[in-house]
Amino acid sequence: MALEKPYLDVPGTIIFDAEQSRKGYWLNQFCVSLMKADNRARFKANERAYLDEWPMSEEQKQAVLARDLNWCMRTGGNIYFLARIGATDGKSFQQMAGSMTGMSEDEYRAMMVAGGRSAEGNRYLGEDGDAQPQHQPQGHAGRDAQAKGH
Amino acid sequence: MARITASVYTSHVPAIGAAMDLGKTHEPYWQPMFAGYDFSRQWLRENTPDVILMVYNDHATAFSLDMIPTFALGTAAEYQVADEGWGPRPVPKVTGHPELASHIAQSVIQQDFDLTIVNKMDVDHGLTVPLSLMCGEKDPVKDAWPCPVIPLAVNVVQYPVPSGMRCLNLGRAIRKAIESYDEDLKVQIWGTGGMSHQLQGARAGLINKAWDNRFLDLLIENPVGLAEIPHIEYVREAGSEGIELVMWLIARGAMADVDQARPLPKVVHRFYHVPASNTAVGHLIMENPV
Repeated sequence: MALEKPYLDVPGTIIFDAEQSRKGYWLNQFCVSLMKADNRARFKANERAYLDEWPMSEEQKQAVLARDLNWCMRTGGNIYFLARIGATDGKSFQQMAGSMTGMSEDEYRAMMVAGGRSAEGNRYLGEDGDAQPQHQPQGHAGRDAQAKGH
Repeated sequence: MARITASVYTSHVPAIGAAMDLGKTHEPYWQPMFAGYDFSRQWLRENTPDVILMVYNDHATAFSLDMIPTFALGTAAEYQVADEGWGPRPVPKVTGHPELASHIAQSVIQQDFDLTIVNKMDVDHGLTVPLSLMCGEKDPVKDAWPCPVIPLAVNVVQYPVPSGMRCLNLGRAIRKAIESYDEDLKVQIWGTGGMSHQLQGARAGLINKAWDNRFLDLLIENPVGLAEIPHIEYVREAGSEGIELVMWLIARGAMADVDQARPLPKVVHRFYHVPASNTAVGHLIMENPV
């Protein structure tokens, strides 16, 4: 019997379930290690060497080095754990969340001040809201990509 | 006999704590949010309980992926404020209430809720931000929180989190546990987290004012009906992290009207504001009839 996973058709969203947790175990535990100031300093001094101390996949290490949080999540990262990387870089939760949309920091902040992203069109894959795959990346980055004919 | 006098519900956004710690509360961005808690601070000064039972979630701080307890009750004498990567918040340490906490643990387990009992853990913004919001700025050394706090950490990080009904029923068991404690203590139960927010992916920044306000209405008037809402509705309507709201049902389940023929609790304060960072802030205070 398959497990019930009713959340796979929510656009722009990865639910951190037991399967993701298993995939991301070492990536997330690496993130936990950054709660110690000494470890943050060692990571900053030589990121690759510090990552190599962990039995993470090469893809997970590349995702961390690229600071691509969507990529980190696809490989099993959880945002509360990944936040430790942002904290080490001096980034706020808002900067981290915004970075996953393709919007600039100012664009994302303005969206939040204006009341946030609407759920309209963003409840199910296949609708036409701004979080749907066909509308990525968002903000200027997306408009630039469109102008170039992508 | 100990009794639950009131319940408090509030978001616990980390940026709120940072705004207080960095003295930004009067900035135009933050002022309207904090104004919603002016009444609450006065109310808490006039209605200081003997103990607060704080329902919150740990954010990969005390519990990494090494251990993921669904319900973890703190029975320690004190809790240090965690370093979440930015350094510990400059707020007082949290004093526990080991006697009442141990009593609740035993009673609730005997009512078929298999709690994890925690005697050592640091507490993160999930627990300290509600205290800061309700108590105002506190010096980490010279000041103290107004009363002991019993932490109840709920897993809302790894899916599946406990259902709304399971949370409501845990609240009911907690009320029975508290009312079977001999000492004459006034206890408040606080449910924290939410409201709508999503911190991840292309859908980050989702806010749903209509859904949030319906949640507040149902929490007041029809908590059993609210408890029947499945997880997937929280995810679709209130964002992947909006699922934290199930924790409010634990506090609501502990109010007197849920199990007894009593009038609805008195709503003495209701507040809603968008945004605090990525999140919709919701806040309620309910008093049990005396």
